[in-house]
Amino acid sequence: MTVNLVLLSGLLIVACVAVMKRDIVKAAIALALTSITLSAFMFRLASPLAAVFELSVCGGLVTVIFMCTISQTKPLVLHQEDDEELNTHGWRFAALPILLLLAAGVLARVPIPVEGLALPPATPGADVRNVLWTERQLDLLGQTLIIFVGFFGILVLFKRGVPGVERTDAERMKRAPSEGQDLNSASANEETASESATRG
Amino acid sequence: MTSQMAQLIRMMTIFIPLLFIAGLYCIVVTRNLIRALIGIEILSKAATLLLVAVGYVSGRGALSQACVITLIMIEVVVMAIAAGIIVNVVQHTDSLDRRNLENLKG
Repeated sequence: MTVNLVLLSGLLIVACVAVMKRDIVKAAIALALTSITLSAFMFRLASPLAAVFELSVCGGLVTVIFMCTISQTKPLVLHQEDDEELNTHGWRFAALPILLLLAAGVLARVPIPVEGLALPPATPGADVRNVLWTERQLDLLGQTLIIFVGFFGILVLFKRGVPGVERTDAERMKRAPSEGQDLNSASANEETASESATRG
Repeated sequence: MTSQMAQLIRMMTIFIPLLFIAGLYCIVVTRNLIRALIGIEILSKAATLLLVAVGYVSGRGALSQACVITLIMIEVVVMAIAAGIIVNVVQHTDSLDRRNLENLKG
């Protein structure tokens, strides 16, 4: 029971670090540590398959997704609102530990008749594979459909723009007509040249 | 019910709501879109922990694991789509601040 308490406390602490950390990369790494701690606790609760899924998918794949997103969205120049976000980060998230302590105090005092709970009859011999294939067939179909939706959604979201056409407001705003060079045609020529090079 | 099981249930009734509170707080307070995603992740971890704990206590671990696997698959796809949306938002607004999304433009 001490091990369970240590794991649950560690899980909560690391989750708070992921929320409160100012640097978003370190927050994503703390989130991966949260997945690892949760996976260890799942092993303690006799759920090895779910633990492996949590470790590999959430601790690995989701962290990679976060790192890719951070690398693609890290602004080259900090705008004023981002400065404000970083400057006010400390006091906005300082209330979280206090809020959690208050909530823990309230929850600890809530009377829950645990000893009198009547548990349903257990099914100790059931295998996860049998349950998935016999009782949860629609879940498998739903998972397959979700994966296809995610695949096509990512294809659409990361689609390349048409060469010569400004795809975003940011690109339009970066164009500087006071300069002697027409950046639009120069970028269109570069995109056309690069696309023909990849096709060739 | 054994005393160990009762202690486990007691711990779960405290720690799982605390995880939910942490995730909700992160989503509500932050202005950074990626940090809001982190909050959603923490919420789904709380839900996963609840499912596994209920499966362990009720003796239906196989069913709870099947539900957890489904939940994790959906969570990953949601994360990937949300990350793509964030990348597109940054390309349009050049910022990760959610307040820039409050103006609807035709």
